[in-house]
Amino acid sequence: MDRRSFLQAGVAATAATTGLSAPALSQGAAARTLRFVPQANLANYDPIWGTQFVVRNASMLVWDTLYGIDNTFTPRRQMVESEEVSADGLTWTFRLREGLRWHDNEPVRAQDCIASLERWMVRDGMGQMIRALRQELVAVNDRTFRLRLSAPYPKMLLALGKNNTPIAFMMPERIARTDPFQQITEYVGSGPMRFNRSEWVPGARATWSRFEQYQPRSEAPNWLSGGKRMMVDRVEWIIQPDAATAGAALQSGEVDWWETPLNDLIPVLRRNRNIRVDVADPLGNVGCFRFNHLHAPFNNPRIRQAVAWIINQPDFMRAVVGNDDALWKQMNGFFTPDTPNYTEAGAEILSRPRDPAMARRLLQEAGYNNEPITMIVGQDIAALSAMGQVANAALRAIGMNVDYVATDWGTVGARRASREPRDRGGWNVFFTWFAGADCTNPASYLGLRASGDQAWFGWPTDPAIEAGRDKWFAATSAAEEKAACDEINRAACQSLPFVPTGFYRAYQAWRSNVTGIVAGPLPWFWGVSKS
Amino acid sequence: MWAYIVRRVLATIPVMAVVALFVFSLLYLAPGDPAAVIAGDQATPDDVERIRASLGLDRPYLVRFGAWVWDILHGDLGTSIFTNLPVSHMIAQRIEPTLSLMVVTLILAVSIAVPMGVVAAWKQGTSIDRAVMAFAVLGFSVPVFVVGYLLAFVFALELDWLPVQGYTPFREGFIPWMENLILPAVALGGVYIALIARITRATMLEVLSQDYIRTARAKGAGQRSILFLHALKNAAVPIVTIIGIGIALLIGGAVVTESVFAIPGLGRLTVDAILRRDYPVIQGVVLLFSFVYVLVNLLIDLLYTLFDPRIRY
Repeated sequence: MDRRSFLQAGVAATAATTGLSAPALSQGAAARTLRFVPQANLANYDPIWGTQFVVRNASMLVWDTLYGIDNTFTPRRQMVESEEVSADGLTWTFRLREGLRWHDNEPVRAQDCIASLERWMVRDGMGQMIRALRQELVAVNDRTFRLRLSAPYPKMLLALGKNNTPIAFMMPERIARTDPFQQITEYVGSGPMRFNRSEWVPGARATWSRFEQYQPRSEAPNWLSGGKRMMVDRVEWIIQPDAATAGAALQSGEVDWWETPLNDLIPVLRRNRNIRVDVADPLGNVGCFRFNHLHAPFNNPRIRQAVAWIINQPDFMRAVVGNDDALWKQMNGFFTPDTPNYTEAGAEILSRPRDPAMARRLLQEAGYNNEPITMIVGQDIAALSAMGQVANAALRAIGMNVDYVATDWGTVGARRASREPRDRGGWNVFFTWFAGADCTNPASYLGLRASGDQAWFGWPTDPAIEAGRDKWFAATSAAEEKAACDEINRAACQSLPFVPTGFYRAYQAWRSNVTGIVAGPLPWFWGVSKS
Repeated sequence: MWAYIVRRVLATIPVMAVVALFVFSLLYLAPGDPAAVIAGDQATPDDVERIRASLGLDRPYLVRFGAWVWDILHGDLGTSIFTNLPVSHMIAQRIEPTLSLMVVTLILAVSIAVPMGVVAAWKQGTSIDRAVMAFAVLGFSVPVFVVGYLLAFVFALELDWLPVQGYTPFREGFIPWMENLILPAVALGGVYIALIARITRATMLEVLSQDYIRTARAKGAGQRSILFLHALKNAAVPIVTIIGIGIALLIGGAVVTESVFAIPGLGRLTVDAILRRDYPVIQGVVLLFSFVYVLVNLLIDLLYTLFDPRIRY
């Protein structure tokens, strides 16, 4: 036997013993599987316990909602067939659609929805308001339940249909009875896809299969509302920790859809005729320069105003998104630009030309005495690192003494919860961003809460903002809501719970054989098909 | 011999205990809070506190350490804070890709590096020797991720010969399994090849200058016989030692390689866990790596007896 025959025999023997290759997927099967690269790892799968956006996005496949907003932010019926509200606005009666089933084939009952709402109400801001007003939440029959309140709550349907985390997802009663601060261990919903738990490798892969018994609504899909018709049999999430690899995988056709491509890679992707690139979410993100209002120097509103006068949004935005000016926008207000509540009322401090001289004068008048400012910056998130560097230079330019702490987001997440002064492990400034979808109104806009100890990290106090918020919740018309937002914006521009560093969007990219992708605050999988 | 093996295995217990104490203390002292990560950016401080309490992170250091050690002694590595899955289950899900990557890299590296080192020593001072040494310098100098990106660009994107990313389990076939491992193994193997080739060359040069090699030549032994039977066998102990030490390099390199090639292995599990402060997972994986490293060293010690009969335990 010569060397060549020996090698050939060896390869043949290996092939025989190992099966050589996996059975190839047929072309049809491949076309019925959508391979998606999400923004982050799906590390847990409980949309009430874990409020990360990636968990919410994955949860949309498995769990359905009573209502769902459309692209005009109007809540529409989803699992609900009809609702009645009493004339005094105190009693709501909801009737479920007929034929709804859980993935274990059990029927969806009113009792399931009650348990789901009870769990959600503990963790969600709007849910907590409803819980505080709740007099009674009972099942009338298997398809009907009634909620009686002590005072009217005009935003009821928005609360039940909003897309902000945590969403009021419906789960079977046995699962929904789980403590809201403990994770569920069973992933049974009534949504359009079933979760393949045995295939879940956190940090690597998660998969779903079509739920054949799902009954979509007859209306056309529109964000969270309408018929959630799945055009593929299987959805695979492939977690890609490295952007360059994700880009290469999209180019080679190993994945079909990439939720958050790196801006640096967009030109390369655009040059590929097999790839489409477009804005992922028209509601974008709001950059945030967050002050700690508990300690000097930012417990002084004049010093916060001094900083606001030198925050130049174009500098921040170009550092965050690069030179693609189509991706960002100056925002002279706190609410999401291009949405109904956006207002520039009282926002001269944001809109007028930047004024370092004014900033220095304000610092002097406020008695700023070179106190160190601890700025904690998560370096592992590119947008935050960019904002931190621009802010560091801007503050130093007006003579502020910045202690720039470059760390990771995990550390920022822990340290920002500290109410101690900076020299005892506290902080003065950190950066983050809010999803534009959360900033379209005051309901989910935690950065705009100004309720002191009860407020979000930084703990600002401003009764005027809170009063405006109360008016928005009580508003029954769009005009009243807008007036309340004007009031909040005016107050916020004075007290500055934070300074917006700009409004920016991001791209998504997909293979050209994938159709039906709709831009929105999260990736909608229904209606997406693949040829 | 058997008494020695039992003694060495027993000696791993105090080593693992020290590792456990060190890892736990380090994580306890490290900044960061998994409760804050779980709660998300929109959480209130009260939410974070409640989550911290529900995870038991508000308990004192000694209570937490004691509970963890007690669980380990009962064979329970704990449960991931984030996934709510047992750490042992998560490790089991990830061990095959990492093991595959390391074995393929090891085989590739040894089969390339040892002949390279031998030839370089044999042809000392020639252009072949210089080329091998230049490759060794390059292998040490170029980071794994750069090699990885270059390989993926050329062989996956441009030539379309191999996949860019991912891992196919061995049970789905040898060729798909291998297709996914070739590029990562080459990328990861670069440093390892450089290290082994240099050590092999240096050791071979020393051995080739020994009297018994001259005697072998004088007796008319062929070049191949001198190199591989007389010299390489006597140079094997330091080479095997460096291969063993290099396992640590492989473990470290696997973290980067698995990220670049999106291989769902233990390296990525470790990085993800560290970024999220998933303490039980970090502790479990580090303990496992330490245990593997101790065992590899034991194996290397035992291999010495194969290459050098004078060594007795």
